[in-house]
Amino acid sequence: MTAEVLVQGLVSGLLMGFVYALIAAGLSLIFGLMEIVNFAHGEFLMGAMFATFWAWALWKLDPLVSLPLTLALLALLGLLVYHGLIRWILGAPMLAQIFATFGLAIFMRAAAQALWGADFRLVKNPLVDGRVSLGGVFIGLPQLVASVGALVAFGFLYWFIRRTETGLALQATSQDRQAAMLMGIDTQRMFALGWAIGAACVGAAGALLAMFFYIFPDVGATFALLAYVTVALGGFGNVPATLLAGVIVGVVEVLGGLLIAPALKYAVVFSLYLVVVLWRPQGLLGRF
Amino acid sequence: MPAGTRWTGASILLLLLLAFPLVFTQPHPRHVVITIFLFAMLAQAWNLLAGYCGQISLGHAVFFGAGAYTSTLLVKYFDLSPWLGMVVGAVVAVAVSQLIGYPVFRLRGHYFAIATIAVGEIVNTLMINWDWAGGARGLFVPIKRPDSFLNLQFHQSKQNYYYIALGLLLLAFWITRKVERSRMGYYLRAIREDQDAAASLGIPVAAYKQRAMALSAALTALGGSFYAQYILFIDPDSVFPTALSILICLVAVLGGIGTLWGPLIGAAILIPLGEWTRIYFGGTGKAMDLLIYGALIMLVSIIQPGGIMALAQRGRRRTG
Repeated sequence: MTAEVLVQGLVSGLLMGFVYALIAAGLSLIFGLMEIVNFAHGEFLMGAMFATFWAWALWKLDPLVSLPLTLALLALLGLLVYHGLIRWILGAPMLAQIFATFGLAIFMRAAAQALWGADFRLVKNPLVDGRVSLGGVFIGLPQLVASVGALVAFGFLYWFIRRTETGLALQATSQDRQAAMLMGIDTQRMFALGWAIGAACVGAAGALLAMFFYIFPDVGATFALLAYVTVALGGFGNVPATLLAGVIVGVVEVLGGLLIAPALKYAVVFSLYLVVVLWRPQGLLGRF
Repeated sequence: MPAGTRWTGASILLLLLLAFPLVFTQPHPRHVVITIFLFAMLAQAWNLLAGYCGQISLGHAVFFGAGAYTSTLLVKYFDLSPWLGMVVGAVVAVAVSQLIGYPVFRLRGHYFAIATIAVGEIVNTLMINWDWAGGARGLFVPIKRPDSFLNLQFHQSKQNYYYIALGLLLLAFWITRKVERSRMGYYLRAIREDQDAAASLGIPVAAYKQRAMALSAALTALGGSFYAQYILFIDPDSVFPTALSILICLVAVLGGIGTLWGPLIGAAILIPLGEWTRIYFGGTGKAMDLLIYGALIMLVSIIQPGGIMALAQRGRRRTG
């Protein structure tokens, strides 16, 4: 293998890693708030991609144009899921929580299949298309725009959590629910907000992915799995750490595909996760 | 309920189950009950690790697939009897479980659950790419004629499969009952409640988790071997998917985990329901069956997270 191929792989892995990080950030945020893993996270992503697709197919809206719409729609979905499902299982055993969101995942996937069938769809002729050459490395423009968009969204999320009053209240709730409540923070509202923001992150990621990825009812499965591994790799509830972990996952995926076998790239990613966990069970930057 | 009544009830149930294929001679009802037995057994195996020891594995399909593939490969390439294949499959599954257990038992809660999903996906991917074992195309179990008990193949009727599945289910129940009442059972429950406290009392936590995993894996592999010999075809998609791991725990969760009867109750409800929704809503290709399934799972999680056994126990407390 030539050095060029390697550099090419590293760059595309890095770019994809930013998108993975954005997907994982929503998951991590929700977990940090209430120790619930959203097993329907991939289906949220699928929903966002379909929303983007239909905005394009029905109203000729480009994915980048409809992005704010998708983001708002997903935030709404997050609120709906929190109030309709999650609020009722906050005190339930972990297994009931796992299965509530698993049930939601099965439901959403089946609903997509019932409504739109199992076909693969693609947004054709998006605003940004083609590829550019940067110092001999070719980069697909949609991928580049997606990763930059993901980085911007990630930055905005980070700013919101660290710098705004609401963000601080979120952090406080995530650190100590009881104490936050005593300080006058409405923790129920924070939970709902967490689901809205977490889903909005996926909404942005889905809109960006829809520019260059096939859209079908099962599309969330692979991305969700990568997101779980990303979150666990970085450390649950640690949102900034997902950026590092996302990049690692993206790069390892590409390197695994190049150096070992394309068909085994996800197996390589998951194996790496198991190896890391042997050494740091709490994830790279996690507290236990 | 006094112990005497309970044993009478269990004996009557067993007699009914033994008589079932004599009354229902059609293949379909027998097939549904065989599937119930199989999933009750798998859920019981999962229950040993998750229900009694508190380790929520979402990758049990690995052991199921290990059993299915080991017995099938041994028949295909070495012409070994599936009965022997079953035993070898269980040994392979135990070996795999110990290998997996070493890294994943260092994790807790969601970290553990996600690591087991990752393990399942790794094994699934490897099997898809392993050509000697059929790769993505899968494997047909070589057909042997005429029917023979030694080859575990009965083409005339499902009756023998029925009794074998029932036997496996009874084995799983018997083992769980034994564990439940032994020192190991108390250790496992102590680990489930508070593993730090258990460790401080001198319980070798890691060793007992591994032991529970080994037992659970061996039983699951027996179920996998039986499935392969019953269906006569396996591929990674049917014996290694995460969806199968989820279904196994779903059966146990619906019935009530950490109880002896939960897995059987869960299977007796969920399997016919799945069968029914598939037949009445699945034929349209619109995934209506899964829609109902998903909604039902959410409902159970909200209304009765302890499963049906918890409902029964609550009812009993009220009347007693």
